[in-house]
Amino acid sequence: MSWVTPLFNISWRSIKVWQRDAEVLWATWFLNLLPPLLEPILYVLAFGFGIGSLIHEVHYLGKEFSYLSFMAPGVVSVAIMFWAFFETTYSSFVRMYYQKTFDAILATPLLVEDVIAGEWLWGASKAVMASGIMLVMLSLFGLVNWPEGLWVVAISIVGGLLFSAIGLITTALCPRIEMFNLPIFLVIFPMFLFSGTFFPINVLPTLAEKVAYLLPLTHISFLVRGACLSTWPSFWILNVSYLVVTTLIASWLALVLMKRRLVK
Amino acid sequence: MVPAVRGQKLTKKFGKLVAVDHIDFVVGKGECVGFLGPNGAGKTTTIRMVCCYTPITEGEVKVFGLDVKTNPRDVKAKLGICPQEDNLDPDFTVLKNLLVFARYFNVSSDVAKQRAEELLEFVQLKDKAREDIRNLSGGMKRRLILARSLINNPELLVLDEPTTGLDPQARQLIWQRLRQLKREGVSVLLTTHYMEEATQLCDRVILMDHGKILLQGVPKELIAKEIGKEVVELWNFDSETLQAIKDRHWTYEELEGRLYIYDRGGDEVSKEISKLFPNLERLSRPATLEDVFLARAGRSLKE
Repeated sequence: MSWVTPLFNISWRSIKVWQRDAEVLWATWFLNLLPPLLEPILYVLAFGFGIGSLIHEVHYLGKEFSYLSFMAPGVVSVAIMFWAFFETTYSSFVRMYYQKTFDAILATPLLVEDVIAGEWLWGASKAVMASGIMLVMLSLFGLVNWPEGLWVVAISIVGGLLFSAIGLITTALCPRIEMFNLPIFLVIFPMFLFSGTFFPINVLPTLAEKVAYLLPLTHISFLVRGACLSTWPSFWILNVSYLVVTTLIASWLALVLMKRRLVK
Repeated sequence: MVPAVRGQKLTKKFGKLVAVDHIDFVVGKGECVGFLGPNGAGKTTTIRMVCCYTPITEGEVKVFGLDVKTNPRDVKAKLGICPQEDNLDPDFTVLKNLLVFARYFNVSSDVAKQRAEELLEFVQLKDKAREDIRNLSGGMKRRLILARSLINNPELLVLDEPTTGLDPQARQLIWQRLRQLKREGVSVLLTTHYMEEATQLCDRVILMDHGKILLQGVPKELIAKEIGKEVVELWNFDSETLQAIKDRHWTYEELEGRLYIYDRGGDEVSKEISKLFPNLERLSRPATLEDVFLARAGRSLKE
């Protein structure tokens, strides 16, 4: 199988796959809306009144913040990762393997590349929606600086596409759904903890800090924090470049590997 | 005239396994052709290549003159595909399944609504329109899959074992609907294990085994040519009986202590046996496509 041709097989029709997934979500919109609405409130309670009462301030990029305001953008960053990744792993796997939804769609003028692209866009859309709702909720507690906070939408689009692609790569490589535990435990969970989400990475030992810079979520949390707190890192252009390049590579890999899995 | 399907030297290899081995076949416009054969014969792989599901290793398939390799979107726009397994969308109701499917074909939503209602009527599921897929019986699911495959007014209907596992009523309804579609000019390509299904529906059958075509033709002609008119089955026979049959040069097969004697003429074999061995238990019955199939592909179980 060629490594380039799948790119040219993607068409506008992939939006129909996106539409299908969106309609399923819409049918149970209330249930789907609850987690992003309530999660920030729980975080504010636990970290604002809980851990926040133990930690008085956090030094970040030469400024001082309350722990809660430091941590809130981390919650949004994690949401971008989780919502995209879990959509294109567990949910896509169920559609692909158990529901045979992809097989059914392939009986129509859509090609396998359209299906993959549709799932990819859908995974990213969930990240954008969830992080958007959380942003609004957090801003009710005064934790987001407007209008700079709007940059989070742009960041969530790129970050969503990236983690949606990483999820699809995982789906393409895991023969069984139980195997998702492995990449989640080895990659996603450490990233959740050590990407500058809940503490600045410069408090880590030097080697660990260097490793943290390799993680995509680190770059997302730098940028999201920049937007929410009006405190951008001087190297933000590197964060953006890192995200754009890894998104392009991961998306292309997702396409090729998923096609290899689906076409026999 | 351009046929509905033309396969030439069509081959599919999975690693070293040759699933379909250089087969040539044609489905004429408005014709119903059935692929028969045991599990693993290559029937499903063949139609998967026709439907652009699986890449062709060698050779080619053209659907209404369009090459499936270079024009998969145009080919699939003309096809209605009924897969072997249930892949209805459990996230949607019966009606919504049809509407979402219509959208993949770019059918406008007004047209899709009207067409979906007609099709639900056609497969007798009108009162189930708002039902959850999970609450449908196996037969209802099959009928809905048939309806779904018709949403784009296909010119060629491809069915992979359309009635496997269905009760007789559900099977009759599907057959009746397929005949109706054929009368309306839809070409049909199907696979089946049921010889009766093939005899009932197909203008022509293609017998496959080990990825190759064993023989093809009109069911009645195949039966007459390969078997004859009647089959006499004997059990509890002894060596004397067997010798008598051999002496008369009758064509027969023996399997697991049962003899199948093919009668070309009519009921001569049956008459003669009753004369020779009046007390021997026997069964005389008309020859069927199943006899052709078993005589050619062997009566032993294949895995």
